[in-house]
Amino acid sequence: MGHRYFPHTPGDVAKMLERCGVASLDALYADVPESLRLKGEYDLPPQMSEQEVRDYFAALAEQTFPLECFGGAGFYDHYSPAVIPFITSRSEFLTAYTPYQPEISQGTLQYIFEYQTMMTQLTGLDVSNASMYDGTTALAEAMMMAVAAGRKKNKVLVTETLNPIYREVLDTYAHYQGIIVETIPASDGATDFDALASMLEGSKDVAAVIVATPNYYGILEDLTGVADKVHQAKALLIISAPAVTLGALKSPGEWGADISAGEAQSLGMPLNFGGPYLGYICCTKALMRKLPGRIVGATTDADGQRVFVLTLQAREQHIRRDKATSNICSNQGLMALYAAVYLSVTGSEGLREVNSISAAGAHYLAVELVKTGVFELKYPDRPFLNEFLLKYKGKVSLATLVESFAMSGVFAGVQTADDELLVCVTEKRSRRSIDDYIARVKMFASNNGNL
Amino acid sequence: MNKKFYGKVIYDLSKEGRRAYSLPQNGLGDGLKDIPAVFLRSKAPLLPEVDEPTLVRHYNNLSTNNFGVDTGFYPLGSCTMKYNPKINEELCALPQWQGLHPLQPVETVQGALLAYDALQKALCEIGGMARFTLNPYAGAHGELTGLMVIRAYHESRGDAARVKVIVPDSAHGTNPASAAVAGLKVVEVKSLPDGTIDTEALRGLLDETVAAVMMTNPNTVGIFESAIPEIAEMVHACGALLYYDGANLNPMLGIARPGDMGFDVMHINLHKTFSTPHGGGGPGSGPVGVRKGLEEFLPNPRVVPIDRDADALFGATLKVEKSGKSLGRISAWLGNFAVELRALAYILTLGRDGLMLAAPLATLNANYVKESLRDLYKLPIDRVCKHEFVFDGLADKSTGVTTLNVAKRLLDHGFHAPTIYFPLLFHESLMIEPTETESLETLDEFIEAMREIAHEASEDPDKVKNAPLETPVRRPDDTAAALTPKVTYFEL
Repeated sequence: MGHRYFPHTPGDVAKMLERCGVASLDALYADVPESLRLKGEYDLPPQMSEQEVRDYFAALAEQTFPLECFGGAGFYDHYSPAVIPFITSRSEFLTAYTPYQPEISQGTLQYIFEYQTMMTQLTGLDVSNASMYDGTTALAEAMMMAVAAGRKKNKVLVTETLNPIYREVLDTYAHYQGIIVETIPASDGATDFDALASMLEGSKDVAAVIVATPNYYGILEDLTGVADKVHQAKALLIISAPAVTLGALKSPGEWGADISAGEAQSLGMPLNFGGPYLGYICCTKALMRKLPGRIVGATTDADGQRVFVLTLQAREQHIRRDKATSNICSNQGLMALYAAVYLSVTGSEGLREVNSISAAGAHYLAVELVKTGVFELKYPDRPFLNEFLLKYKGKVSLATLVESFAMSGVFAGVQTADDELLVCVTEKRSRRSIDDYIARVKMFASNNGNL
Repeated sequence: MNKKFYGKVIYDLSKEGRRAYSLPQNGLGDGLKDIPAVFLRSKAPLLPEVDEPTLVRHYNNLSTNNFGVDTGFYPLGSCTMKYNPKINEELCALPQWQGLHPLQPVETVQGALLAYDALQKALCEIGGMARFTLNPYAGAHGELTGLMVIRAYHESRGDAARVKVIVPDSAHGTNPASAAVAGLKVVEVKSLPDGTIDTEALRGLLDETVAAVMMTNPNTVGIFESAIPEIAEMVHACGALLYYDGANLNPMLGIARPGDMGFDVMHINLHKTFSTPHGGGGPGSGPVGVRKGLEEFLPNPRVVPIDRDADALFGATLKVEKSGKSLGRISAWLGNFAVELRALAYILTLGRDGLMLAAPLATLNANYVKESLRDLYKLPIDRVCKHEFVFDGLADKSTGVTTLNVAKRLLDHGFHAPTIYFPLLFHESLMIEPTETESLETLDEFIEAMREIAHEASEDPDKVKNAPLETPVRRPDDTAAALTPKVTYFEL
């Protein structure tokens, strides 16, 4: 009986039961029919000491092997500055709920306001919400938001070059929402914008066009003139990009996007086997009242001080209930703090440098791998930042290469087909690590699959 | 919590030329120089320029104007603000988890998959379900996923006419919103004066157009729906499925399992019942469980055992795969993994005996507070409650002091406010959920504060109406905030 998380002494329990006029703890459940009561106990182990729990986790952790990471495909291994976990683990931030009481939640409200400001700067758009779950759901919410803004229009055109994981999530949400999703074909690894033009021509039911740059293959898409075409068809343009790349690449706002949504994990958040990450969504002022989720705004308090509150709440699920176009409630608040601190650490110069170092490493690796003769670039004429798609020409299967790299502690990249490998280089990969990768490829090829 | 308002935004501290970054260098030059200008920004984003000491001090100062569970009592109804154990923070942040890329070879991530599977199985035991997915990121995401499971089930039977979800009028706001996003029409069923669902009214609404009935049990007024076996029977008789909103699962641990009550699909808020920190609004986690027969509809990807005969490398036993019958994908990967690890650590730490003690202590704490304040606050439903209960404002309404005023005055006493103006059943709802991790002394202090406020409301009502008076900031002007929205620093 008893546990270190429960303050109750037997005397406390007796005193409290007496106040309640109830004979025993069990009598508090007299209204639960006997037929529903759990017979006996859960089939779970009894309570463990702290050391036993530590040992249990150590045993699990022994069966995981973080690798020198050359994989991307939507999950990016950028450097995490030490100050960030120090700040995000402060219990005043960590153990707070949603800032419903602004008088005692200015810490949370202010960092969300900072985050919103920084995201609008990165995306070149006017408004950001307080966060979404991840990049995939952020993009799905952007799609639903565009359809809601388009009133009777219920078709969305999505580029073939979008990350297939994102596409699967879009398809799921669209299916249940009755949204029709059509694919804009790709040509040589990039969206075929002539095809888009003909899909838009004369169509009256397209609510939005969704493109990504860098796209799934790491290719930079030239979106010149695309916004005009989309807007002429009275549709909205949604651009998705890994957040970190917006420190160097032309922003969705500069391309003329109405909405930008995607993944912000690339802002130094650990890979963490998929989460928690951070979805971002930003839009133009014209669409602000369609934006899902929470938004923090500035105002003044009764003493005239500049303070921050949750605002424009008429958009949200708890007010709109079944009229809501989004159901998001809990979001990824603490990860918004993570992003705000990361961007404060890097500033715009540091963020540019993250991209320039990563891109230099990637271009060097790509050139050297092509020189080995084992790989060629799948789309040699397309520009890329720090991720590129390789075509494998070796004798032994590519899967074997990836396996043997993993055995020596290296994640070679994400296999997108039997003979295609998507490779990513971040600033965390040293010159030595990149050279080592190249040497391994040569060795693998010359030894017929033995490293 | 520091009562002095810090108030600065990091941009206020920015000064050109300062920096807080130090990046690893690969010596390979500027990788951007060969990228055509059309792809590059013409203007750098305006981000703060600060040094590291300034940055750390800024965020530390910000945090001191924030109230968390570690600061004090946080009786926010329906949110289960229990203590967030510290060992969980350590165990979810091991480098072996943080460095794992989701798509790296499966034999190198077995420990992570084993953790996922262990939690999945524990939740099945606790929920009385056949299988859980941990992929949904939050409670509302779980609701949406659960409703998609239900739609996929009906679709698989060619039962396309089921387009409605019945939701009690006391339901959490996310329930109807999740139904709408899942493409279903919402029909409300009224509650009886005692706060429970009107089973006869429900019976009248059930027909072949109903896909599901969503309930939480105990409901949002903290009352156990004793008629649940009868409700389950009538819902199933009409061909619909019964959905359990797990926001209120905490008082039922070890007492009665949703699966045994007749629920077909459920979600659990790991950030409520299983103690993971709320992080100022997330990340949460909303695993969804289903009874036998519905497993195949759960979302992709899923963690499944490897066929023993296959060439499992390095003794791998689990893999990640997609199933064709699944409702589809609702997340990038396997959910908020680090949150899942915390919940697993919590379940192991409490064990079957600790879990079974948490529920009655949570219920005892709620009833103790209720019985200690019922003379001064209006108790619309006078029954033994479960983990939470609702007052309909002060008993004496003549002073004009509202629930909002009481909530704000509580802040001056060093407590977080309860949930207010929810559920919508009462005009002055004040919803209190103490949780099991609060001591008798803390509850007594809270009761004392609530009693003082009630007396103050009669003696000096203006003081209560102007509260809070001692917090870092005073009441903000919400109307002005919404009228001319200033949502970025450069609009200030």
